[in-house]
Amino acid sequence: MNEVNFLLWVRGIGFDIALAIFVFGIMLRFMEILWLGRKPELAAVRGNGVASGMRTVFSRFLPADSNTLKRSLFMVVAGYGFHIGLFVVIFLFAPHAELIESVTGLSWPTLPSPIVDFFTVLTMLALMALLWRRLTHPVLRFLSTGEDYLMLLLTFLPVLTGYMAFHHLFLSYGWMLGLHILSVELLLIVIPFTKLIHMFTLFMARWYSGFMAGQKGVQS
Amino acid sequence: MTTRKDLTVGEALRTQGISRRGFLKFCAATASMMALPPSSIPAIAAALEKARRPSVIWLSFQECTGCTESLTRSHAPSIEGLIFNVISLDYHHTLQAASGDAAEEARHTAMKENDGKYIVVVDGSIPVKDGGVYSTIAGMTNLEILKETVAGAAAVIAVGSCAAFGGLPAANPNPTGAVSVSELVKDKPVVNIPGCPPIPVVISGVIAHFLTFGLPELDNLGRPKAFYGTSIHDRCYRRPFYDKGLFAETFDDEGAKKGWCLYKLGCKGPTTYNACATMKWNNGTSFPIEAGHGCIGCSEPQFWDAGGFYKALAEPTGNFTTTAGVAVAAGAALGAASGLLNRNKQKQAGAEHETVTADNLEKEQTS
Amino acid sequence: MSHLTDIPVALENLPSTHNVTPLLNEVRHALQALLTTGEATQIDLRSIPLSDRDVAQIQDALGVGEVEIQINALGPSMIKETTFAGVWWVEHRNSSNELTGRYIEITPVPDIVPSAMSDIQDGLERLNRRVE
Ligand code: SF4
Ligand code: SF4
Repeated sequence: MNEVNFLLWVRGIGFDIALAIFVFGIMLRFMEILWLGRKPELAAVRGNGVASGMRTVFSRFLPADSNTLKRSLFMVVAGYGFHIGLFVVIFLFAPHAELIESVTGLSWPTLPSPIVDFFTVLTMLALMALLWRRLTHPVLRFLSTGEDYLMLLLTFLPVLTGYMAFHHLFLSYGWMLGLHILSVELLLIVIPFTKLIHMFTLFMARWYSGFMAGQKGVQS
Repeated sequence: MTTRKDLTVGEALRTQGISRRGFLKFCAATASMMALPPSSIPAIAAALEKARRPSVIWLSFQECTGCTESLTRSHAPSIEGLIFNVISLDYHHTLQAASGDAAEEARHTAMKENDGKYIVVVDGSIPVKDGGVYSTIAGMTNLEILKETVAGAAAVIAVGSCAAFGGLPAANPNPTGAVSVSELVKDKPVVNIPGCPPIPVVISGVIAHFLTFGLPELDNLGRPKAFYGTSIHDRCYRRPFYDKGLFAETFDDEGAKKGWCLYKLGCKGPTTYNACATMKWNNGTSFPIEAGHGCIGCSEPQFWDAGGFYKALAEPTGNFTTTAGVAVAAGAALGAASGLLNRNKQKQAGAEHETVTADNLEKEQTS
Repeated sequence: MSHLTDIPVALENLPSTHNVTPLLNEVRHALQALLTTGEATQIDLRSIPLSDRDVAQIQDALGVGEVEIQINALGPSMIKETTFAGVWWVEHRNSSNELTGRYIEITPVPDIVPSAMSDIQDGLERLNRRVE
C-alpha cells in the first residue's frame, strides 16, 4: 500500500466505517439512557426547571467556588487548557472546518494556522501534564484503570499526528495526514463506548440535575 | 542529430559551432534543469565535455503523446532542447522519419550496437489483460516490446504518469489491465518522471543528470528527489494565505480575485510532489495555481481516482450519508430495545424488592 | 502573436512572497565574502519562489550601474552591473528570446564575459587561414 492508497482509504472507506460506528454508538447510548425513563416526580413544582436546567448546562463550565479552585488548581488549569485547546484545534482549524462543513453543511470562521499551532502545543502539554499527574498522584493512580490510559493515548495521537503532519516531521505529509485521519477514526469509534461519551452526555446530565433542582426551587 | 555517435557531448556541441560562452550558457541551463546550484556549473561543464552521447530508445505505449508534445513544443530551438541534440535518439514513433520494418530495424540495431549502455524512455502504460492484446506495435504486444528492449538497457526512464504509475489508462475500472513500467521492470534501474504531462525541463534535466553524474537520487516512488523533493504546497506563493486562513470559496469570489489559497476549491498541492511552483510551465511563465486553479495532483499515483479534483483534501471521499443514515436508525432501534429491556429489569427488581423494616434489621443483628 | 510575452499581462494583486529581504541579505553576505576571500557567488533566482512583483522589487533595489554587456550565443544574454559594483544582474535567453536563466552574480566580472582560450585558439586558426 502506498501513500496515495492509504490516504484514499482513510478518507473513503475508513471514514465511512468510523462515522457509521460513531453515530450508531451515540444513538445506541442515548436511546438506552432515555428509554430507561425516570420515576414520576410527585413533589409540588416550586420553580422553573427548564430555565434552571439551561443555566446549569453553562454555569458548570466555570470552576466552582474559590476554595475548590485553590485546592485543585493544577487539575483546573491543565483540564481547562486541554479542553479549550482541543476545542480550538478541532473546530477552528480551517481544514477541519472544511471537513465538518462537507459532512454537516455547517460552517463558521476559522483561525490562522500559527494560532492553531500554538493551541496544539498547549493541548499536548496539558495532556502530558494530566498523564504525569495520574501517574504520580497516589489516589488518582489507584483509581486509574487501563481504559483511562488508553483514552489518554487515543486522544493524544490525533493531536500529535496532526502536529507532525503540519510540520512535516518524520514522515511525508501524505503518510502523516493519513495516520492523523486514521487516529481520529479510531477515536471516533471508541467515543460512544467509553467514558469519552461524556462529551455528549454531560449536557444531558447537567440539564437534568439543573432541572430537578429548579423544580424543587433550590440552587443547582 | 547529424553528429557522429562516438563524439563526446562537448565535441558534439563544438561541431555545431557553439562557442565556449554558448557552452557555459548551456551548462547553466543544465544546472538549473537539474535543480543544482550555480556553483556546480564548472563540474557540469567538465562532465559534459567528457560524456559520451548516449543512445536513447523511446517507446510509446498506451499514451496520448502529450508527454512528447510537452517536450518538443515547449521551447522550440532552446538550450534545453540541445540536450536532445546531444543524445542519439535512435527510435521514437512520433519523431522518427523511418516507419514500418525500417523503424523496428533501427531499434534492433541500436540495441545491438549499444548493448548494456542504451537508455530506454517509456511513455504510456502497458496493458497486460488478455495477454496484452489491447495495444500492439508491428505485431508485438507492448509487453513483449518492453521486455525485449529493456533486456540490454542501462536504465529505464518512465516519462509521464501513465508510464510511472499507470495514469489514465489504469484509472478505474482499468479495462485493459494497464500497469506502470516499474511493475514490469524489476532488474533495471527505473526512474519515474510523473506528471500529466511532466514538466519538459524535468525530462531533459533527468537526461542531463544521466549524462553528467549518472542516475539521480530517487524517492520511494522512484522519482528524482531534485525535482520531486518538495510539495507544491511548500513552494506555493499562495502559502502565506493558507497560513493566515484566507481561502477562496468559489472560483470567482473576492478571495479568488485577491489570489487567496485554493485549498477549499480542491487544491492537492499539500500532497503533491512536483517542481511546478518553482520551474513553472510555458517556459517559466506561470503554473496552474498562479492561473487560479488548484493543483490536481497529476504527479501522484492514481490521481484520477483520488476522490475528485474539486473536493478539498480534508473532505471524505466516500458516500457516507447513506451509511450514516442506516447507522443512526440501527443505533436508535437497538438503543431503544436495550433501554426497554433495562427498564423491565428495573421494574422487576422493584417488584421483587422487599421493604426492610427496623425489625428485620434488629433480627439480623441478633441472629 | 508569436510569443507568450506578446500577451499583455497586468500584474495586479500579485502577493509578495516575503523572499526579497532575505535575498538582499544574501547578496550583502556574498559581497562581503568577495571582499574578504575573493570567493564569487551566483544566485539562481529561478530556484527561489518569487512572484513577478518580487523580481521587480529586487531589480529596483539593486538599480542599474555602469556596465551593460549583451552576449549573442545561443540567443541573447544581458549582463548588467547594478549600482553596487561587483553585483551583476544576468539574464540568459534562448534564440526565441525566452528566458532560460536569471541570476545575480557577485564577482568582479561574470565568467561568461571574458573570451575563453579555446575560442581564442579557434579564432587564431581562422585568422591564420584568412591571412595566409
Ligand atoms: S493554493 Fe494549494 S498549494 Fe498553494 S498554499 Fe493553497 S493549498 Fe497549498
Ligand atoms: S500544479 Fe499539480 S496538477 Fe498541475 S501540473 Fe503541477 S503537479 Fe500537476
